[in-house]
Amino acid sequence: MSAQNRIPSGIDYLPPLFQVIRNADRCIDCNVCVKQCANGVHVRDAQTGRLSTVDELCVDCQRCVCFCPTHALQICEAPNRYRPNANWTPQIMRGSYKQAGTGGVLLSSMGNPNEQTVYWDKLLINASQVTNPSIDPLREPMETRCYLGRRPTSVMRDANGAIDTSLPPHLELAMPMLFSAMSYGSISLNAHKVLARAARELGIYYNTGEGGLHQDLYEYGENTITQVASGRFGVFKGYLEAGAAIEVKIGQGAKPGIGGHLPGAKIVGDISRTRMVPEGSDAISPAPHHDIYSIEDLRQLVMGLKAATDGRKPVIVKVAAVHNIAAIASGIARSGADIIAIDGLRGGTGAAPTMIRDNVGIPIELALAAVDSRLRAEGIRNDVSLLVGGSIRCSADVVKAIALGADACYVGTAALLAMGCHLCRNCHSGRCNWGIATQQPELVKRLNVDQGVERLVKLMRAWNSEVMEFMGGMGINSIEALRGNRLMLRGVDLNESELEILGISYAGR
Amino acid sequence: MGETIQLEDCLGERFIGAGASDARIEIEGIPGNALGAYLDGACVEVFGNAQDAVGDTMNDGRIIIHGNVGDTAGYAMRGGEIYVKGDAGYRAGVHMKEYGDKRPVMVIGGCTGSFLGEYQAGGLIIVLGLEAGRKGRPIVSNFPCTGMHGGMVVLKGDAVDAGILFPPQVDVRVVDAADCALIAPFVRNYALFFGADGDDILQGPFTLVTPLSHNPYTRLYVAN
Repeated sequence: MSAQNRIPSGIDYLPPLFQVIRNADRCIDCNVCVKQCANGVHVRDAQTGRLSTVDELCVDCQRCVCFCPTHALQICEAPNRYRPNANWTPQIMRGSYKQAGTGGVLLSSMGNPNEQTVYWDKLLINASQVTNPSIDPLREPMETRCYLGRRPTSVMRDANGAIDTSLPPHLELAMPMLFSAMSYGSISLNAHKVLARAARELGIYYNTGEGGLHQDLYEYGENTITQVASGRFGVFKGYLEAGAAIEVKIGQGAKPGIGGHLPGAKIVGDISRTRMVPEGSDAISPAPHHDIYSIEDLRQLVMGLKAATDGRKPVIVKVAAVHNIAAIASGIARSGADIIAIDGLRGGTGAAPTMIRDNVGIPIELALAAVDSRLRAEGIRNDVSLLVGGSIRCSADVVKAIALGADACYVGTAALLAMGCHLCRNCHSGRCNWGIATQQPELVKRLNVDQGVERLVKLMRAWNSEVMEFMGGMGINSIEALRGNRLMLRGVDLNESELEILGISYAGR
Repeated sequence: MGETIQLEDCLGERFIGAGASDARIEIEGIPGNALGAYLDGACVEVFGNAQDAVGDTMNDGRIIIHGNVGDTAGYAMRGGEIYVKGDAGYRAGVHMKEYGDKRPVMVIGGCTGSFLGEYQAGGLIIVLGLEAGRKGRPIVSNFPCTGMHGGMVVLKGDAVDAGILFPPQVDVRVVDAADCALIAPFVRNYALFFGADGDDILQGPFTLVTPLSHNPYTRLYVAN
C-alpha cells in the first residue's frame, strides 16, 4: 500500500472523522466504490474477497455515495469524539496533534469553514408594495448586462463639435457574474475547459489565475482574463494579448499577504509548459511584487501592461480585503487600473496555510461597503469598476453585493460545485475524486467537459433569472440602477458600527 | 530586424519598446522606467543611463545600456540579453527564469546593489565589477542570490575572499576563467559593445554561484 495508506497507531493516531456505512442488503458487490475512491477507502480483502472500508482515509467527498448504483453507501460523522470542550475544539486539538507529530505548517483547502459572521445573511432585500410597482421579469425587459471599466468623466467633442464616443476599454458581461481566478495546476485542464467554454456561452469571463494559459484555451481569449502575479509565470506578450483583460494579482482573500509556492513535484508536462517553468523546479510566487512598493510603482506595472498591449485591454488589480482596504482601493483607483477586484476573508483556495486562511483579512461585505463609500466620497468611483468575491454563494449574495456597491461578482467555489465538487476541502492532496483539483490523468478524465459546461451554464442562468426576479420585485429594470443602491438593503442582527460601515438602516427603519 | 527608430533628447519617457518584437530602437538621453518591458525580440540600445525595471519580464531580444541602470533590471526576464556598461541598482535579475530554449543573460560591467539574483530560477547573470576597486565598492552589495533556485551567477574575482556573504542554499566556487567558458561569448559581446578588452576581462578567477536545489523552500506542510 502507498504511503497515504499507512495509518499510524499510538500517540500519532488520529481517529477517523467519518464513518463509511455500507448497507449489506443493498450492496451488490459491484466494485464501483473501490474504483471510484482514489483515497483507497474501499478495499477488497485479497483472501476473503469481502469489501471493507478504511475510514481514516475518507475525506467525505461523497464520490462513492453518488456513484454507488444501489445507494448502499452513507458517510456519517464518526461517533468517536474527544471530550467536548468549547474552547479547545476538536479541530484545534487535531491540528495540535498533527503539528506535534510532524512539525509541519497546517495546510487547508477551499474557504474558511468555521462558523463566522456571514453579513450577506444579515442583509435583507427590499420589494415594492402598492407604490412604485414591481416589474414582472418574465414579461418585461430586464437588463442584467453590465460593463466593467473606467467611465468617462466628461463629454468630449472633436474639432467639429461632434461628441467623441470613444471609450476606454471595457469588459461587457451579459450577467453580473464572472469566474474567479483558479490556476491551471491548482485545477485540472478539464476544469479550465469547462470554465472557458461556459464563459463563452454565457457571455462572461473566466480567469486563468497565475499559472499561464494552456495552448488549447487561446481560442477562448475573448472570454478570458489573464492574470499576472509576482512570479510572472507564463507571462509574455502573446499571453497578455490573448485575453480580454489583464489582472494584476496582489493578493487573495484566502491568504492575504503571503505568496504561493507550487512545489517542483507538481511542475510536470503541460503545467511546466504552460507556466514556462522547467519540470521539477519550484514555482515560487513571492508575497510581494518586488517592483511594487507604492501606488506609483503599481501604476508603473499597470501602465506598462497597457503599453505592451497598446491600451486595448482593461487592467484589473486584485487585492485581498484587509484592514485599510478603503485607502488601498483609493490608491489603486489612481494607479490607472480600470477595475479593482477585492477578495474577502471567506474566499476559496487550492491550498493555504490554515492559520492564515482563518485569521487574516476582513469580510468582503464590510470591505466592499467601505471601498464604495470611500471612492464615492473622493469623487473617483466612476474611475473604476468594483469586482468582489470570497465568497459569493448564490444569487441573493450577488444582488446584495451590487446593492452595496459592486459592479459584478467573482464566482469560484459555486462554479466548482457545478462541476461536481462536494467541498471535501482536500484540494491540496491532488487526489480529487471529481477530477477538478487533480492532475492525475485517470481522475481528470472523470470530469466530463461537455456535461460540466452544461451544468455550469445552467447554474449561472438560474442565478441570473433569480437576480432578475429580485430586481423586478424592487421595481428596478436595470442592474446598473441597483449598483450602490443601499436603500434596497436593511440589516438585522447588526450593531451600530456594522450598520454604519455597511451604510444601511436596521430593518424597520 | 525591422525598422530602426531613433529617439533623441529622451528624458524619462517610460515603457519605451514595451512588448516590441521587430525593431531596433536607439535612444540618446535617459529613458524612464520599464524600458523594454515584455520585450519580445527587438533590440534597444541606450547611449546613456537607464532607470528602474529595464527589461521587466522580457522574453526575447537585446538591451544595451551605455551607462548605469536603476533597480530591478531584468525582473522576471525569461529570454534575451541585457548588457549594462556600468552599475545596476537593487534586485538586478530578481526572478530571472528560463524555459526550454529561452535562457536569458544579463551582463553588468560595474557593481550591483543588494539582492542581486533574488529568487533567480534560471538564466545567467554576469557581474564584472570593472571599476569596483576605483569606486571602493564591493562587486555586489548585501544578500546576493537569496532564494536562488535555478540558473547561475558569475562574479569576476574571488567574491568569498572579498567578504561577500551568500545564503546557505547556494554553492559558491572560485574557478579559473577556463572553467567559466560559458561566459566568454557574453563577455566578448560586452567588450564589443562598450569598447573594452574581452581577453583582459576574462583573465583571473571568477566566482560561480549555483543553487544547491531547485526546491529550496520545500516546507513541511501537514494536511489539515
